[in-house]
Amino acid sequence: PKLLSAVCDLWGLWAIYLTKENPTILVFTEEDKYGLYSNLLFKYFLAEGIVCGHDLFVASAKEHPDNILKELPAPLLDGSYRKELGDEAAAVKSEDVQDSMKIAWRYQNLPKMETSPTTYTKFGHYYDVSKKMSPELCQSVKLHRFYLHEELSSENMNSGYARLLQSIQRIISQEGFDGSDPQKKQRNVLRIGIQSLGSVLWGDDVCCSDAPEDPQSLTKFLYVLRALLRKSLSACIVTVPAHLIQNKAIMERVTNLSDMVVGLESFIGSERETNPLYKDYHGLVHVHQIPRLNSLICDVSDTKDLAFRLKRKQFTIERLHLPPDLSDTVSRASKQDLAGSAKLLSSGCGAMAIGKQHLDF
Amino acid sequence: GEKKGRILRFIYEAFRALRLAKSRREVPQGGRDGDVTAHTKGARAAAPLAYQCGQGKFTLLRDTRTDGSFLVHHFLSFYLRAGCKVCFVALLQSFSHYSIVAQKLGVSLAAAKERGQLVFLEGLKSCLDLLFGEEEQPGQPSPLQFLSGGSCDLRALFDFVRESLSAPAGDSCKGPVLLVDDLSVLLSLGAAPVAVLDFIHYCRVCVCCQLKGNVVVLVHSNEDSEDEENELVVNSLCHHSDLILWAEGLATGFCKDVHGQIKIIKRLSLRQAEQDLVQIYQYKIQDRNVTFFARGLSAAVL
Repeated sequence: PKLLSAVCDLWGLWAIYLTKENPTILVFTEEDKYGLYSNLLFKYFLAEGIVCGHDLFVASAKEHPDNILKELPAPLLDGSYRKELGDEAAAVKSEDVQDSMKIAWRYQNLPKMETSPTTYTKFGHYYDVSKKMSPELCQSVKLHRFYLHEELSSENMNSGYARLLQSIQRIISQEGFDGSDPQKKQRNVLRIGIQSLGSVLWGDDVCCSDAPEDPQSLTKFLYVLRALLRKSLSACIVTVPAHLIQNKAIMERVTNLSDMVVGLESFIGSERETNPLYKDYHGLVHVHQIPRLNSLICDVSDTKDLAFRLKRKQFTIERLHLPPDLSDTVSRASKQDLAGSAKLLSSGCGAMAIGKQHLDF
Repeated sequence: GEKKGRILRFIYEAFRALRLAKSRREVPQGGRDGDVTAHTKGARAAAPLAYQCGQGKFTLLRDTRTDGSFLVHHFLSFYLRAGCKVCFVALLQSFSHYSIVAQKLGVSLAAAKERGQLVFLEGLKSCLDLLFGEEEQPGQPSPLQFLSGGSCDLRALFDFVRESLSAPAGDSCKGPVLLVDDLSVLLSLGAAPVAVLDFIHYCRVCVCCQLKGNVVVLVHSNEDSEDEENELVVNSLCHHSDLILWAEGLATGFCKDVHGQIKIIKRLSLRQAEQDLVQIYQYKIQDRNVTFFARGLSAAVL
């Protein structure tokens, strides 16, 4: 099911994997610097779980899971939102019919590039970020909580990860998500959300120092989590403050251990905020890895350059497209910026454009 | 009927590849595009990868900026079809994942496991059994013993490999095969690089020298990687390999029709200072097949 209001076809994978026989997926989100947008994605994931009737397991060391659950976005009823979308799409279409191209007429017959394809969404639900989900809807599914400071006694800070794993394993076996209870006819999915893994609050110093005391604690945790997910009907989203982790080797290992890795880069406080190329957006979405499960190929979309923006009611992810440069002072300087930022756009399952020499001509 | 056809076609491709490989020996450096074009235009998946089911060979599968697991699937189905006994140490994915892909490639893993041809170690499952399972029976230590922090070497894993491959299965003239996917995970789980290299060394001695079989191992690497331990392991293994299959993402970025490039580095002799034979192809992965072609000659371009 789609998490986000606007469709990014990569996220369509969720639906496929959750309906197959053995759905398991470990999504790893690199947090943006202030954690605003990754928190939002996290809440979308949980909200979608509630609307689909999946059980939830929320783990956090930063804030109590109940507070997180109180702030989930409210789902929009199908009728009203689709009607709005339909109206918008119709308005756009009627404009086009009148304008036929005079100069670039060869392009007349090509399909319109959709920045946010909305017509063929069949999966997922839409949410209104400005409203909160009603408590009755929240309580309609089973909620499991793990708040680190309640679970651990004060002396034993090091075993945060171990306690979390034990807790997850206990829920999976007790509630029968691993198929251990043949009596249960209605099999349900467990959605696990773990917030800010690797931060100091979890008792891990991987974010504080270049040479952490136990560099493998995070990767071992992820491996066992992966094992638990593979053995049960569950999907998990983990957010990590990647910008704080100084040891890049650990990030590489973590990427290898996850199914899907998405990074959010917000423009707040960075030089890109004032860059006219990005004026419509609030940040970029970097997809570092997509799952290649049960198949030789993976479902790679054509677009690698994605940007997001947070409107008043919606969080949208769109293809990053640059409007034509119609200013009077079209100069080389702006083109250099473009090349520079193009270098940073990730282009494919791990394949990055390296060096200007390949693309300059 | 259909299965027989596939086996026959496979054997035909393998023979054709052997003939091509022999004729290509004449070329000092296999990378000249002109020569490669003549031989491999329209070559199917088996051609560059089908070398003789040699004995005592250590093959390193390496990937950079892309996912090289398609090579693991290929070798798994290749050796099973050839009738060798295979011990597959699968550390990162579940049995059903490999099973579904193998089905598309025409091999049934469940059937192979049933008749004892395939010994499958599902790393994720043994890890759970070790950490959350009931008390283990004495005398049957888990292959992933090092996870529980007891010993820091991979001795238990090696014992598991040796025991699975020592017992012959039917056709004993074909050597057994050890397949590992992937070795880089062991470092993430707390094994020291030296322990990993020792493990591979012991496996080579046992499988390649004593049992006259083959070892195929997948590792990940990156040119600008900061994971020094991993690079140490990969470089060391490169020096000891008879054959290296290196799958790389294209340097210019993502392309729908060409998923990457594969470099085949064949060690002609480990003793003399002969130049290694290097061949470079590009590939495209499809649902049931991988097609290889000479650089710049993808079907989309022709």
